[in-house]
Order: sequence, then C-alpha cells, then structure tokens
Amino acid sequence: MIKFNQVYKRYPGGHEALRNLSFEIAEGEMVFLTGHSGAGKSTLLKLIAAIERPTSGSVVVKGQNIKSLKGGALPYLRRNLGLIFQDHKLLFDRNAFDNVMLPLQICGFDHRESAKRVRAALDKVGLLNREKANPIALSGGEQQRLCIARAIVNRPTILLADEPTGNLDTEYSGEIMNIFRSFHQVGVTLLVSTHDETILRQFPGRALALKHGELQP
Amino acid sequence: MKSATIQHVQVIRFTLQRLLHTPVASLLNILVIGIALSLPVGGYVLLKNVQGLAEQTAGTPQISVFLAAGTSQEEITRISKELKEHAAIDHIEFVPRDLALKQLQLSTGLADVVGGLTQNPLPDAFVIYPVALDAPKLELLRDDLRSWPRFEHVQLDSAWAHKLQAILRFGRLAVLILAAMLSFALVAITFNTIRLQILTQRDEIEVAKLIGATNGFIRRPFLYFGLVQGLLGGATAWLIIACSLLLLNYNLAELAQLYASNFSLHHLTPGDSLALLGFSAYLGWLGAWLSVSQHLWQIEPK
Ligand SMILES: Nc1ncnc2c1ncn2[C@@H]1O[C@H](COP(=O)(O)OP(=O)(O)O)[C@@H](O)[C@H]1O
Ligand SMILES: [Mg+2]
Repeated sequence: MIKFNQVYKRYPGGHEALRNLSFEIAEGEMVFLTGHSGAGKSTLLKLIAAIERPTSGSVVVKGQNIKSLKGGALPYLRRNLGLIFQDHKLLFDRNAFDNVMLPLQICGFDHRESAKRVRAALDKVGLLNREKANPIALSGGEQQRLCIARAIVNRPTILLADEPTGNLDTEYSGEIMNIFRSFHQVGVTLLVSTHDETILRQFPGRALALKHGELQP
Repeated sequence: MKSATIQHVQVIRFTLQRLLHTPVASLLNILVIGIALSLPVGGYVLLKNVQGLAEQTAGTPQISVFLAAGTSQEEITRISKELKEHAAIDHIEFVPRDLALKQLQLSTGLADVVGGLTQNPLPDAFVIYPVALDAPKLELLRDDLRSWPRFEHVQLDSAWAHKLQAILRFGRLAVLILAAMLSFALVAITFNTIRLQILTQRDEIEVAKLIGATNGFIRRPFLYFGLVQGLLGGATAWLIIACSLLLLNYNLAELAQLYASNFSLHHLTPGDSLALLGFSAYLGWLGAWLSVSQHLWQIEPK
C-alpha cells in the first residue's frame, strides 16, 4: 500500500529532515509513527500525501510513484487518502456540517446522498449534535474529531493522522484512538504519528520509530 | 452519482451567493463595468442613428444613365425591363429627351436659349435608384452599368456618400478605440476582484487541494464569478443606454415636431444587445481566467 525506498528529504535551506528511509506498510495495517518533535514525522506523512516530494529515493502509494506523479493525477490520489492534520486545517467560514461536506462536494456527490454521509461521519466521531456549530466554537478535542470526520467521510482506503492526540488529555486521546481502531477493523490502512509513548503501550501494533530523520531498528 | 450538471448548478448557486455576500462591493463593481461599457456602446448606438438619419435626410443616391443617340423605342423597352430585373436596383425612372428638355427650360430659366435650338441636343435617360446605399456597392453598380451597350454615359453622384462614409469610418474608429480601452478596463477590474477573492479564500483553496480538488474544481467558481459579473455589467450598460435614449427621445420629440419630422433614436437591435451581453460576459470570464492562472498556482498546501 505504501512503500518507501531509500528516501531522503532535504528542505530548501539544506536541512535534511529524512535520511535513507526504507519500509513498507501493507494493506489494512495499523502502524504508529513515533519520534521526538522534529524527528521528521510530519515530513514523512507529507511525502505520502505528495504535499512534499522526496529529494531522492522513491515513495510509492497505491502503486503510484509520488515523484513522477502528474499534476492531473494528484487530486485523484488524494481522494484515496484521509488526512488528519496536526493543525486541523478546518475552515472557519462555515459550520461543522459544511466542513465535512467539502470532500464530497469536491468529488461531485449529489446533495442528498452527501448529507447522509456527512451525518454518518459526524455521528461516528460523536459530533452529530454540533453540526451547526462553527469550528471556532469547538474545543480542541472536538476540532480534532471534526477533522477526523472530514477525513473519513469520503471512505478513504488510507488514513494518515499527524499527532491526532497531540494536545489532548488522555481521556480524549483514548476516545480518538478507539475511533481509529474501529477503522482498522473495517480494513482501512492507518498510519498514525505520535510523540506520546503511553498510547503505544495502550494500543499494541507495529511502530516505526524516527530519530533525527532516521528509522530506528 | 457524479453528475456534471449538478456540479455546475451548485457552482452557479455558489457564485450568486458570493455576489450577494458582499452586495455593496458587487454592486459597485457591476456599476463601474456597466458605465465603462456604456461609453463605447452608447457611441455605437449614436453612430447607427446618425447613419440612419443621414440616409434619410440626404435622400437616396441616384445613378443617371444617358443613352446613345438613336436608341430605338424597342431597345429602350428591353433595357428598361432588364434594369428592373437587376438585383442591385430598387426602381428606375425613364426620362425621355423631350421631357428633359422641357424640364431644362422650366428649371434653369434658359427658356430663350433652349427655345432657340432647332433640335433637341439631350439624350434619353434613366434615373436608377439602387438598393444598397453605401459607396463601394454604388460604385460597383455604376461600373457594371458602364459595361452595358447603348449606355453612353453613366454618372453616380457619390461625393455625399463618400463624405458620409468617411465621417462614419472616423466615428467607428473612435468607438473601436474606446471599446478596446474600456474592455481592457473591464478585464482589469475582474482580474483584481478575483485576485482579492483568491487571497481571502486562501485557506479554503489550500484545504480543497489537500483533500483532492482538481484545479478545474477550484477554478470554476472564480471563472463563473467573472462571467456573471461581466454579464451583469453588460446588462447594466444596456439599461444605462436605454434610460439615456428615453430621456433624449423625450426631448427630441419637441424638436422633431418643429421640423415636422418623426425622427427618434433607436436602441441596439436584439442581435446587437445579445452581442453586448455575450462580449461582456466573455471579458469577465477572461479577466477571471487571467487572474486565476496568475494567482492560483501560488497557493500550494504546506
Ligand atoms: N517547510 C520546511 N522547511 C524547512 N524545514 C522544515 C520544514 N518543515 C519541517 N522542517 C524541518 O524538518 C525537521 C522535521 O520536521 P517535522 O517533519 O515537522 O518533524 P515532526 O513532525 O516529527 O516534529 C525539523 O527540523 C523541521 O524544522
Ligand atoms: Mg509534526
């Protein structure tokens, strides 16, 4: 599903964020990505979503090499991905419902079908009663869950989450991890980054540990 | 599930919402576009009316054809029939040489001189009223007639037509320059409006790109916005001219009465009106397209 082969990422300015990464994630796997702040977790996830391109090496997602991906094919690759961002990237000019609606509008679903799906997604993350609320009025945990709802509404095959429990207390982060586990159970491939080691103890699974941009054995 | 029409309808609704979202700014933009367009279009309308008026008052141009001496009556009848059937000729008038002489006697006061003639020196003549009134076509007809046998002299008084054509040509050029300049202004206005929209929707564009929006999807609302704004600007120009003509005609009515004429100014023909709307919509779209091409690629998600 996701395959890295000798991937290097150097940012303009010369900083080498990732060094010689090679790993593979199979379909339906749930993998954690750990490492200190600045280890390169976000960079790795951005490479998968083709937000950044590798400096060298190859990143292959669903059989497509990110490096040689044509501009026209990029949107269709991203529609297979559910992205949960560290900074949420919610839109504050519309309510929660419309935020979750956006991916479906982009794919051109008809309105009634979309509305059903949006409610199902909001229900899944426990925000059905907040659909009219502006995201700015939501708590940090609620915003995070809204971001998850938007990522899953399109039923992606791969879910990428960048520190989804980053600044939440343990009760909330447990809730969110449970949501992820339920997606794992229906066969979605998940890659979840975290710097919170306690989560790893709670949810056993494969972990990729990054340190200064290199994969720890 | 993915119906292109549904998407387009959605985008149009979205566009109108966007226009209504900032009513004052939208209204001002549309007004500015309307006023800018109404200048050249108004010039065009006046030109058209002047042309009509000139043709009406200057009388219809004629071509005089003088027959060779000794043309028989049968030949005259045949020629007359052929002229009547000519596509470029509206109608003709035959002036027999006797009548011409009589008219000459009456109109010029040369009765004595004419009376002293032992023999009528004038030829038989046709006065030809052509269908087309513009100089090139008249000249074409004249040259055609010159090649006919038995026509000794063909004379077209086209000086007035040339003058009119020259004036109209000048007017058209002035309107064209004005139109080009103000079209550019329209494109610039739209370009800037869309640029501001793109800047304020930076977040939305970035997120849309991240969750798989195609460039076409992101572009479309801006292009539609430019198109609709241009279209409404064109409609505004049409209305401005309509109101001005109403006012002018109201005042003209009195003047026309004094001169016992029923002259009034006419608005654009339906065809021209459609062309105006189509052109203004196109310019709006063009401005938006240029702006989107210029600014959208700068927004890449990080
Ligand atoms: N856009 C960028 N330009 C330059 N350096 C960057 C950029 N993004 C991240 N970095 C650097 O790359 C390294 C890895 O960053 P990141 O992937 O965000 O780490 P993490 O998510 O694990 O905290 C950091 O040293 C960071 O400063
Ligand atoms: Mg990070």
